Amino acid sequence: MGETLGIWIAAGLTLMMFSFIYRDNVLFKIGEHLYLGLSVGYFINVQYWNTFYPEVFSRIVYDHNYVVIVPAVLGFFLLLRLVPSLSWLSRWSFAFYIGGFAGLAVPFVLNGLLLPQLTSTLVPFQPATSAAANLANINQVIILVAVFSVLIFFFFSLEHKKLVGSVSKVGLFFLMLGFGAAFGTTVMARVSLLVGRFQFLIEDWLMGRIFRAG
Amino acid sequence: MQFLRRQLPVIIAFVVGLSMWVLFYVPTQKSLELQDGFTLWVRIIVGFAAVLGVLSVVNHHYNKIKAKRPGYAFSFITLGAFLLMALSGFIKAPLPGFAAGNNKPDSLHFWLYNNMMLPMQATMFSILAFFIASAAFRAFRARSMEATVLLVAACVTMLGRVPLGELMKLGDPIFLGGPAPIDFPWWSSWLLNVPNSAAQRGILLGVYLSQIAVAIRIIFGIERTYMGGGD
Repeated sequence: MGETLGIWIAAGLTLMMFSFIYRDNVLFKIGEHLYLGLSVGYFINVQYWNTFYPEVFSRIVYDHNYVVIVPAVLGFFLLLRLVPSLSWLSRWSFAFYIGGFAGLAVPFVLNGLLLPQLTSTLVPFQPATSAAANLANINQVIILVAVFSVLIFFFFSLEHKKLVGSVSKVGLFFLMLGFGAAFGTTVMARVSLLVGRFQFLIEDWLMGRIFRAG
Repeated sequence: MQFLRRQLPVIIAFVVGLSMWVLFYVPTQKSLELQDGFTLWVRIIVGFAAVLGVLSVVNHHYNKIKAKRPGYAFSFITLGAFLLMALSGFIKAPLPGFAAGNNKPDSLHFWLYNNMMLPMQATMFSILAFFIASAAFRAFRARSMEATVLLVAACVTMLGRVPLGELMKLGDPIFLGGPAPIDFPWWSSWLLNVPNSAAQRGILLGVYLSQIAVAIRIIFGIERTYMGGGD
């Protein structure tokens, strides 16, 4: 029964979700709640098969590695968040992983993110031997001006007046260019998803099942 | 008791945080093993955090049904779908019409994922295209210089990524090896690679510095919001 029923159900659910374009209605609400339930069920499966089974159950039962009982107990303390009288125990778990990640974040962010971003901003100019090199140099100047002015735009320790105000206006101009480009790519990503859904409805469902069957 | 509730968590965060920080700069096998061990422990703890999230959703809908709050009938759908999806993944026995196991393409779990969850997810995100368009109509009216720049950048980026934009090429290159004045694919990729990445970099540099500052505040116990309220 798999494929045909699956396509009919997928098409029905797609139309139910599309009905929200008209307005919020009972069909959309059914679809919305169905999606929530399914995704939560899927999520718990992913956690179980990717984490609990290999990392906790297998290690304890098959490998006799009992050390993982400690993080499992810390993890269990998180669930005590739902029991008001014992919810303070969850702080130990939060402190363990938030503290640990904070410790890792300092060198990782510094060496892996901050410094590489600075390094790629401050690259030396290329000898002006070709049109491509000239273009790269122009782009490099634009990047330097943009990064500096955007940083000034977010620097609130100085009043944005006179020179600082003018530089921050340049920063705002580059931010708007960046936001516009980001908006354009987001729209295109959503539209390609929309095209995908219409392709499914027209090709797989209407042409593949209804008109072919008719 | 107050020590266990309020001071011990700060000590745990300090000891674990400082250890992880220092271990990063210790190039020994033992140090790498300890970092890997920490990552494993965190994966397990975060797994339980996910269970906490799931329990919260189930608890919310159970209470909604129990109290017969408005719209409680929809909560039956959520709980039913949750049970169906969860059990289909846990039960390894063959179900009528479906293959046994939970990791096979023709198992019930995969069938539910491919024919119900995935189409709804894609449709949910795709209808955002309509709302983005209506929001853009309101926001993009060129009322100020900034709005005009945003509008032009967005239009050029979009036109550069559709076949129609590729056909619209006009004029000679501005300079040798450069683009034509109207060459949407070129200007679109330039906008993304030069001004956009520079603006993002300006924002990200601030974000990274803040991340380091917050991390140091957490390690030294200045930032304690992760402990929540109460005693």
